[in-house]
Amino acid sequence: MALPIYASPLERVWHKTYLLICAGIFLFLIAPILIVIPLSFNAEPYFTFTEKMLSFDPEGYSLRWYDNLLTHGMQAPDMVRDGTWWSDMWNNAQWIRAAKNSAIVGFWSTLLATSLGTLAALGLSRPEMPYRKLITAILLSPMIVPVIITATGLFFFYSNPCSVLGPLAPEGGCARLTSTYLGVILAHATLGIPFVIITVTATLTSFDKSLSRAAANLGAGPVRTFFKVQLPLITPGVVSGALFAFVTSFDEVVVVLFIGSHEQQTIPRQMWNGIREQISPSILAVATILVIISIALLTVVELLRRRSERLRGLTPQ
Amino acid sequence: MSDTILRTADGKPLKAALQRASAVARRRAFWLVLPLLAFVVITFVVPIGQMLSRSVTNDAFSANMPQLVAWFEANPEGTEPDEAAFAALAADLTNAAAERTIGSVATRINYDVSGTRSLFTSAGRKAKKLEAPFKESVVAMDPKWGEPIVWAAMRNASAKLTTSFYQAAMDRKLSAKGVFEKAPEDLQVYLKLFGRTLALSAVVTFLCLLLGYPVAHLLASLPMRKSSLLMILVLLPFWTSLLVRTTSWMVLLQEQGILNNTLVGLGIISDENRFALMYNQAGTIIAMTHILLPFMILPLYSVMKTIPVSYTRAARSLGATSWTTFRRIYVPQTVPGIGAGGILVFILAVGYYITPALVGGATGTLISNQIAFHMQDSLNWSLAAALAAMLLGAVLALYWVYDRLVGIDNMKLG
Repeated sequence: MALPIYASPLERVWHKTYLLICAGIFLFLIAPILIVIPLSFNAEPYFTFTEKMLSFDPEGYSLRWYDNLLTHGMQAPDMVRDGTWWSDMWNNAQWIRAAKNSAIVGFWSTLLATSLGTLAALGLSRPEMPYRKLITAILLSPMIVPVIITATGLFFFYSNPCSVLGPLAPEGGCARLTSTYLGVILAHATLGIPFVIITVTATLTSFDKSLSRAAANLGAGPVRTFFKVQLPLITPGVVSGALFAFVTSFDEVVVVLFIGSHEQQTIPRQMWNGIREQISPSILAVATILVIISIALLTVVELLRRRSERLRGLTPQ
Repeated sequence: MSDTILRTADGKPLKAALQRASAVARRRAFWLVLPLLAFVVITFVVPIGQMLSRSVTNDAFSANMPQLVAWFEANPEGTEPDEAAFAALAADLTNAAAERTIGSVATRINYDVSGTRSLFTSAGRKAKKLEAPFKESVVAMDPKWGEPIVWAAMRNASAKLTTSFYQAAMDRKLSAKGVFEKAPEDLQVYLKLFGRTLALSAVVTFLCLLLGYPVAHLLASLPMRKSSLLMILVLLPFWTSLLVRTTSWMVLLQEQGILNNTLVGLGIISDENRFALMYNQAGTIIAMTHILLPFMILPLYSVMKTIPVSYTRAARSLGATSWTTFRRIYVPQTVPGIGAGGILVFILAVGYYITPALVGGATGTLISNQIAFHMQDSLNWSLAAALAAMLLGAVLALYWVYDRLVGIDNMKLG
């Protein structure tokens, strides 16, 4: 943003101040996220920079907290690191288990949210869709309603899921969904759906409908038109919606706390416990890994957005 | 006549054919949405409905004390409990103790009159040995049984539906007369907490606006290449885990944390006067402002991006100072963005749980933390449901305003 040539000296000073203020705000935004990275290499069990770290003494830095992530919860962490050690780690280390749980829950809930969400976005973006506003409001509400309320409601529902059937419910109710993977996956899918709807609908608004008509004209059925013509063009939106849904699940802790048990320990829940109970810089090591993951995800989404814009440029408006 | 009606090639009236075609199209669109709608209704709308019904259901007492409930129904409010009432009480207590439901009965009455839990559980153990006249023998067991407030609480708990959890959520307590009255000032918890939640959310929203406005303005006025680089600084926090960001703030704000250490190291504050920035409201406000700031910047940016530069230039060329131009030309055009971002941040702030629970301490927690407390620790689920229902009402009202102002389908991400 260049100043106009007619700017007065006072305006020039103010402009510099303004840029300085903005720099400060950017620092406020980014510094807390970056600060955990060097701290996670701390050799001491402190949450602050030690003398040695500040003087860049190699002894002040170590990978012990990353190592701790692998060994924490293992049966025999001090053994020689051979095949048995690695299989012990893979099966017993708490953070590894949490990562596996997060991946399982994240994968299935993303799959569910993305497939159902894309289908619904296709319907919602058709001009003939009845009650569009009301239905959109309902479908997006899981994003607006505080998660604690959703979790409370789900807890009651999951305690006896058949009660929704009313008088048709089997005597004594049916299997509980609390403390099951299915329960957590369904809940996370619900929370991820709004993001899929928003991103896919946004991509669909720029989709040129004459392409589908052309495909139909050339003899393709609706299913074939979707997979061969529409889907390739809206893929960027679908993928970034899926990423949003995955991140939502990957970062979700309230629902897991309320309806999950120790079995469904995910990374956020393990972090939550770590922060509340035995606070150790291992948390910072996890945080660093998560920051790196989010940088990777951000890059992917940004590339997708550019690709989507490029595709949009190709289609005549 | 027939030639005045337009017909399709196969002879059907055009109007009917068009109607049928559009009905088919509507149905097709609806079928695409239906699976997801059903999914969301089952996994989201129904659970919330169950929570709402839980907040008025009152079966812990009424389902387990049938004879006493019948006596309450037969006798209007204000009737002194007579021999029949005490006989019913003794019989119900014996049954409840045998069926092991006495605990939930005791817990239910304990919500309204604290300290009565043991009254019920111990009476349950002895009830079998009680003999007529029951009025004397029950009161002899524990004189509390003669107190009007216990009977008022039992009458209140004997209805199938109740508002008492909402009364409790609004700091109203049952009095001996059987009506709900405002609790004394020092026992009021929830209204204060609601007030604090709204106040803190307003402060966070204001701070987000204060910090977000200049940044959004800068991003919108820079050339594309530079602004998309700077945009990464806004989007990275947005994509980073909430727990990571909260942890970082805990690291920064601790008494022995980086911020305090730096300030002491620079000699700005002395070692004894370290700022207490965590486990209080300051911690909650700082961390929540940071976490919600991207939700303010993104809507502001998308509105500011559409404002043509020529308006401000025209104002300047007509003699307005830069301040007047900003105040009278630029800001009014950004009002939709301010509204969208403000409401979004406020809605998200009102329901925040994780961050206040970790950095809020005693004074920085919000209503969500109280809901979680009743769900997980005190196990008064009905009260938790009532509090959640009130919070839900507030959020839905804001959601409606947001929809009117911005339009829910105009929501954009990133």
